[in-house]
This record gives sequence, structure tokens and C-alpha cells, in this order.
Amino acid sequence: MRRTPKESDEASGLVTRRSVVLGGIQLAFVGILGMRMRQMQVIEADSYRLLAEENRINVHLIPPSRGIIYDRYGVVIAENAQNYRVVIQREQAGDVEAVIAKLRRLVELEDRDVEKALENRNSFVPITLADQLAWEDIAEVALNAPALPGITPEVGLSRHYPLGADFAHIVGYVGPVSQRDLDKQEDPDPLLKIPEFQIGRIGIETKLEGGLRGRAGTKQVEVNAAGRVMRELSRVEFTPGDDLQLTIDHGLQNYAQTRLADESAGSVVIDVETGDLLAMASAPSFDPNLFVKGISSKNYNGLRDDIYKPLFNKTVQGQYPPGSTFKMMTGLAALRGGVIGEKETVFCRGFMPFGGRRFHCWKRGGHGSMDFNNAITQSCDVYFYEVANRLGVDKLAELCHEFGLGQRHDVPVSAVRPGIVPSTKWKAQVRGERWNPGETLNTAIGQGDVLASPLQLAVMTARLASGKAVVPRLVKSVNGAEVPLEAARALDVPAHLMELARKAMHNVSNGSRGTARRARIVAEGFEMAGKTGTSQVRNITTAERARGVTRNEQLPWNRRDHGLFVAFAPYDKPKYAIATIVEHGGGGSTAAAPPSRDILLYALYGDVPPLEAYPKEQRERIKVQHEEMQLRPRLQPEPKATRA
Amino acid sequence: MSYLEYQVQTVPTGIRKVLHVNWALLVLLTAVSSFGFLMLTSVAGGDVSRWAEPQMKRFVLGVIAMLAIGLVPLYFWRSISGIAYLVGLVLLIMVELFGEVRGGAQRWLDLKFILLQPSELMKITLVMALAAYYDWLSMARVSRPIWVIIPVIMILLPTAMVLKQPDLGTAILLVAGGGIVMFCAGVSWWYFIAVTAMVAGAVAAVFYSRGQDWQLLKGYQYDRIDTFLDPSRDPLGTGYNITQAKIALGSGGWTGKGFMQGTQSRLNFLPEKHTDFIFTTLAEEFGFVGAFSLLVIYGLILFFCILSAANNKDRFGSLLTLGVAATLFLFFAVNMSMVMGLIPVVGVPLPLVSYGGSAMLVLLAAFGLVQSAHIHRPRSR
Repeated sequence: MRRTPKESDEASGLVTRRSVVLGGIQLAFVGILGMRMRQMQVIEADSYRLLAEENRINVHLIPPSRGIIYDRYGVVIAENAQNYRVVIQREQAGDVEAVIAKLRRLVELEDRDVEKALENRNSFVPITLADQLAWEDIAEVALNAPALPGITPEVGLSRHYPLGADFAHIVGYVGPVSQRDLDKQEDPDPLLKIPEFQIGRIGIETKLEGGLRGRAGTKQVEVNAAGRVMRELSRVEFTPGDDLQLTIDHGLQNYAQTRLADESAGSVVIDVETGDLLAMASAPSFDPNLFVKGISSKNYNGLRDDIYKPLFNKTVQGQYPPGSTFKMMTGLAALRGGVIGEKETVFCRGFMPFGGRRFHCWKRGGHGSMDFNNAITQSCDVYFYEVANRLGVDKLAELCHEFGLGQRHDVPVSAVRPGIVPSTKWKAQVRGERWNPGETLNTAIGQGDVLASPLQLAVMTARLASGKAVVPRLVKSVNGAEVPLEAARALDVPAHLMELARKAMHNVSNGSRGTARRARIVAEGFEMAGKTGTSQVRNITTAERARGVTRNEQLPWNRRDHGLFVAFAPYDKPKYAIATIVEHGGGGSTAAAPPSRDILLYALYGDVPPLEAYPKEQRERIKVQHEEMQLRPRLQPEPKATRA
Repeated sequence: MSYLEYQVQTVPTGIRKVLHVNWALLVLLTAVSSFGFLMLTSVAGGDVSRWAEPQMKRFVLGVIAMLAIGLVPLYFWRSISGIAYLVGLVLLIMVELFGEVRGGAQRWLDLKFILLQPSELMKITLVMALAAYYDWLSMARVSRPIWVIIPVIMILLPTAMVLKQPDLGTAILLVAGGGIVMFCAGVSWWYFIAVTAMVAGAVAAVFYSRGQDWQLLKGYQYDRIDTFLDPSRDPLGTGYNITQAKIALGSGGWTGKGFMQGTQSRLNFLPEKHTDFIFTTLAEEFGFVGAFSLLVIYGLILFFCILSAANNKDRFGSLLTLGVAATLFLFFAVNMSMVMGLIPVVGVPLPLVSYGGSAMLVLLAAFGLVQSAHIHRPRSR
């Protein structure tokens, strides 16, 4: 269509006007965009910068290495061993199923772990497929790495107990953190949430967890939107856990465990001056390494249902009537209370009538006239019935407390129990009943309600030997710093009475009529002083007596008497004390005294004792016995790594 | 109808045309594209060959096309405007019938040698057709209802087809671009006021229809609107993109984190960082200074286009120039508003910067038309 020039000019002018309007609108919009940029990039920049940093930076924890536990000579009891495991990163594996099938030909995999790996949402997070592998297996995997994309052999740290069962009851073991552990704590250490982190389950491992664990390090890493770590930005190293040195002698511990291996028994060796615990053997034992790996239910049920109770720490958790080993307490209490003279005798005719019934002596025919020394040596019951009756139970209880009975010794192992020292007050409080005077007689010979653990009996014996209130100590040093020894106060018992008791115990072991004469030490200067004890688990019933069962050995095992023995040596200059219980072992003189002597001799010699220490007629038998014992040779301490 | 109405001797011919190319525009377009090459290198982690190199090749191709188109006399382009529009329509129909489906949308046409996106082409052919239409229409009729309905139909036909793909961003661009050409052509203000009122009514209807059985938009489009209104509603889902984009932009600060130092971009927090969200990487790495510079260059392109149009007595030429400029404006305005959280996320690339073949070639070709209008403008005296 043709236009006149005038029309064209008009049209062109209109376009120009409109284009100016349009330009204005566009400029305004560009202005708005510019303002918005300024708003976000200049005014609010800091808050956006913070958000960007939060986006990209993650803080990861570095688990600390757990403290090492040594014996008193620096031999390693608990260490952190390299744990070989195989991890998978699904992202890199490609065909995950095929890779796992290939891996299965090399390493045994648990279906549970495989499922876990396949279910994990983030395909770049490494998941453990197999743990605690043998070096050969891991080498095999490493060799086949090219055929196994996404599979990496890794080395982590896992607790290992090189001395196995010997220290299971003292050191205990660690295990993985469970959901219950996390729920129990208000604000759990974030470390606990690290997969495969181990914490103490029982024993020193749990009691001293705080020190052993150490403190986590942290590293700041940059992550991408998918959460994958791109690089490390900064790092704070972890603080390793405290290294502990125990007072236990690994050789003595091994000897004691081995010596008691066939029995259900417990034995504690203590230094009478320092209170250092040199051995705390509880037999039978178990391999704590099984628990670290996660014990199979078959193995666990086996341990749980064993009538010898391998999971039960007899040295502190086991509480037994101390039987005749308690008679020193009764005698000393009576002498201290002045109800009987040192040489004053009580006539034993085999029983003592009291409250309308007879309290029998173990020797039916009676011992005749008995003073303190003879009563201990021959373990006459009637003497102690009589003196306890004169004294009253409360004064006896006072003396017992002086010797550490009826109180929980502060030793960092699991399930330390306080035992029982009965008294009128105790009975009113615990049972809500009045004291029956007949019970004083039962208490006098360590029966009735009296209960004590081998640890308590060992402390009692140590205090008898040294005359001082020694306190048991299990940790010798922490990170190389010696745990200070407190000077033990003298016991509130006249020294000459203590000497009398020690002499009587020497007679028990060495006197011609001593109950433990057979288990004596003949080595010059190493002579032992002890006391046997037999605690009744159950009376022989009338029905059984009618069937002709009169002797302990004829009863089923779990109803036989417990055999006990306490001793110290050398008599002249006491160094070590021991208390041993052999559950259902029969009499103390036959069941508990011989192993106690052997263990004490090992402690005195610092190694397997020479035959010369034994009475001549026993040497042949002891030689065979030592040959049959499968002892671990004493280990040399590892040179300690200096700590950074 | 042709420039023959004016003083022919003042229109350059032959090789002298080259002297009359709008060089400022060419320089500015090159500057914008260079921002693109730089950012495409950055988001590829320094790898030039991944995105920047193909983009450069297309740019060179596009500039050659632009100059070639620019040197062709404007009357040729006017004469093929109607055909171009029809071809565009046919291609859109073909997309509907044989198109490639990608990412839930049917937008691409496989022409064996190139994967064409006809909706890109349509933005320009629509502008051409409308400019030609108003060039033909006498001034007296411009605001008459019957002569207003015709261009409206011309706009709505391709818009409807694009919406069906579905491609909301391009649909908005078509309507707005066409509307701007109509506005510049002198259609009465009242029509625009009425349309604005109708759009407001339509928006109300869209919201009202939600959940009803005559729901007007797809679920994902409603989601985008919801997320826009409150991105924190779903910070890890739909709102994630816009939240991360804003973090990237804001954390750039005054001068940015430096080339290839953008944490949001490099660590993949940003979505589609080489296409629709490339501006956020620019803003993160070069800060306010870099982002505002790009905005200024876009503004200058608009300025030179409007200047050229205002000085052009040829109605087709000036309307075409304004239409192409408007298209560019709509592209970057919508894209920047989107990544800065001013409007909902609609898939609109940043012109000449985002990675993409069709968009770049078509836009440079369109500026070829602008060059042609500029070179062949009738000079007074």
C-alpha cells in the first residue's frame, strides 16, 4: 500500500514516541533488576555467604586411638590391632550385584552386611562388606582389585587382647556402640555415632572408659551438593586415650589361671604393703576377642549355660561364706574385746549346747582344751562359738570392718560386690528382724550370713600380715604417671595380738597338727602362713544320710562344699597375700591350699617355682604337674613408643 | 512500500553496505557472548571443549549469518515475512506430530543435520510477520477492532501450540513480544489496558481452577508457583533450585569469589548451571560488578536498537528492530528475574550466554534483520 509522505512521517513519529515509552519501561525494569542485584549481592551478601559456607562445609570426626593397657612390667594386655575390612562404594562399582558375586568367591560375606550395603541411599558412602578379615583374604582382594571396581580393602583399628582369656575378667572387652547406649545418655559424645566405634562393655574397659577413649579430632571437609567429600580444609588431630599400666603380673596371672583351669575357682594375689593386686584369676575364663568381633549366639549360649560360670568374675562378684578363714576375725575380736585371755582355754567336747540345741564342732569327738593358737591351728569350732558368744556380734562386726570385710573395695572392674558382715543393726535394717543369739555362733565360724569375696579375703589377709589398712590397687600408672600410693594407717588392733594370729596361721601351714601342713613351703625364708576354710553349700539331708551318703565327695558337684584358703608369705617378712576359693571343691586343705601355695610361690620367685620349695615327697608330683600345665612363657615388655 | 519512495541515492549499495553495519551492536553482542564463553568454561571446571568451544563455533556461525542477513536488502525480508511465519507454524505442527520428547516436553525437531527448536524460530518470525502486517496496514485502521483481532490471532496460534508442548516460558515470550510490536505500531492504549485486566482475571481463574476438574495448568507448574511464593516450603525439592540460586548470587558479594572459585557452582549446588541458571554462576564468581556489567551491556544493546529504530523512517524496519530488541529484553529480564527469585521458575535461557544452539543462532540471525534494517534505512536528503 502506498502512503503519502505525510502519512509516513506521522506513522514514523508515532513509532518513535512509542519506542521511547517502551525504552522507558525497559529501562525501569533493568533498574529494578539492578536494584535487586544490589539488594542481594551487596546488602544481604553476608547472610548468603554464610548459607553458602554451611552448604559446602561439613565437620567430620576423627576417632581417637584407644589407650593401651599394660601389665606391671609393660607387657601389652590390650592393644589396637589393625583390622582388615572390605568396603564398597556403590557409585564406583557399576554392576553392584556382579561385583559382590565376584567378591563372594574370595571372601565370606554375611547376607546381612550385603543387604545393608545395597540398601544404603547414598551410593558414594563407603559401606563395610566384611570385617575382621585375615591378612590372606585381604591380600587376595587387593590382588584382584582390577576385577572388583568400587571395592577397597581398608585397614582400621580394632581392640585386640593378645593374652586372650587371662585378662577377660579384669580388663573385660569392648564392643560396638548400640542404640541402647545412645539412648541411655542425655547428650552422647558424637564419637559414639561413628560407625564401628568401640566402647568398653565390661571390666576396666568400661570402668575407665572415660580415660581410655581419648578425645576425637575433627576435620573440616568440603562437600558437594550430593554430600561427597571433595577435599579437606582443616584438621585438628585427636587426643589418644590414656595408656594404663596395671599392677597385675601377666606371668603370675597366666600361671594362676592355668593352675585353676580345671576348677570353678577364683584367686587373688595382693602385695601386703602396697595393696597392688598381682593376680586376679577367675577360672574358667573366656576369650574376650570373641566379644569384640561379635560373639555367635552358639558360643555365647555355651558360655552362659556352663555350670562353671566362665562369664562370672569369682574374684569380686563371687560372694561366699568364708568358713574357717573367718576365725582369725572372731579370735582377734574376742582377744581385743578382752573376753578371753591369750592363753586362756575353752574346752571342746565336740559340740556346744546353746539355746536348746547343739552347735557341733567339725571334729565330732572334740578337741579338748583349746587356746587361741590351737583353736586356729586345728580350726576348732567350739572355741569360737564360745568366745563369740561372750563378745557379741556387733563387736565382731566392728573388727571385720577394720579388715575391709562388708565393704565394696574401689577396684575398677565390673560387678564388685560388698559382701555381708552381719550385725544386729544390719539385720534390723536389711531383714527387719531382731538378732537371734544363735546366729552369733554361726557367724563366729564364717557361716550363716557372712559373705566375702576372694578380693575381700585377700585384703583381709594382707592387713593381717602387714598390720596396716592396705587398700587394693589395680592401676599402677596412667600415661606413665604413677598413681600415688597412700600410706596405709595402722590397724586398731594391738600388735602383739596380730603377731599371735600370724603365729597361729604359721602353725596352720607348718605345725604338726596344722590343717594345711601338706601344702607348706619348705624353701628357707619363704615359709607360708595360712588358714583353710570349708564353707557348706548345703547340709547333708537325713534322707541322704539314710542312703549312706556321709561324705562330701559322694554328693553331686554343685552341692559339695566350697574350699577356701587364705595365706601370706614369707612368714618372717610378709610380702604377698593370697585368697583362693574353689567352688564345690570340697575341703579347703585339699582343694584350695595346694593351688594357693603354687601361686604364692610363683609370686615369690617371679617365675615357675623350683622344686626345692616343695616338701620332698611332693616334688615328683609337682614336677609332673608343672610339665602338664600349658603355661605361656613370660613375655618381655615392648619398648614403649614415645608419645607425641 | 519500498524505500524507493525515499531518496534512493542515500541508501548504501554494494560493498559500501559494510561501512554502514551497526558496529556498536556487533561489539556489544560479542561482549555478551564472551561472558557466556567465560562462564561456560567455568561451569565445566575449566574444560573449554565441553561447552565453551561448541558455543564459540555457533557464535562465529551466527555472526556470519547475521552479517549475511544484514547485507540482504530489507525488502527481501519483508517480502518473505508471511511465508516465514507460515513455515514457523508448520514446523510447530510437525513438532507436535513427530517431535523429540526431552525432559517431559516435546520441543525439538530432528532435521537430521540439526536438532531444531521451532519455538525459538517462531519468536522471530512472529515479530517479522507482525512488523510486515503493520507496515502494510494503513494508519487509520491500526486501532480498529477487526484489524486488531488479526494480529492477535497471529500471536495466539503459535502460543497455543507452544503451550501444548508444554513450554510456558516461550509462550509468555511470544505473547509479550507480539504485544510489544503491536504497542509500538500504535495500537490504542485501551486495548492494552483491557488485556491487562483480562490477564489479571485469567490469573485469578488459574488459581481458582486449581484442584477443580478443569484445572488450567499442569501440576508441576502449580508447584513452581507455590515454591516461588514460599521457597522454604520444600527446601530440598522444588524450592531447592531457586534457594541455591539465590545463595550463589547473594554470596558473590561485591566482587565475587573469583573465576572458577564459585563454591555453589563448582560443588553442584546449582541446578542447570550451564543453561538457565548460568547467571547465578556469573554473579557468584564475579559478584555485583560482573552481574551488573552484563545488565548494562544488555541495556546498551536495547539502547542502540531503539536509537536505530527511532531514526528509521521505514516502518517495517523500525518495528522489526524494536520487536527483536523486545525479544532480547524479555529473554534476559525473565531469566534474571527468575534466578533472583522475582518471578516463578520458567524455562527461559539467558540470551547469548546460556548454552544452546537454536537460541543463539536464531537470536544472532534476528540481529541480522536488525542490521539489515539499519543498513538499508532510508536517509533523509
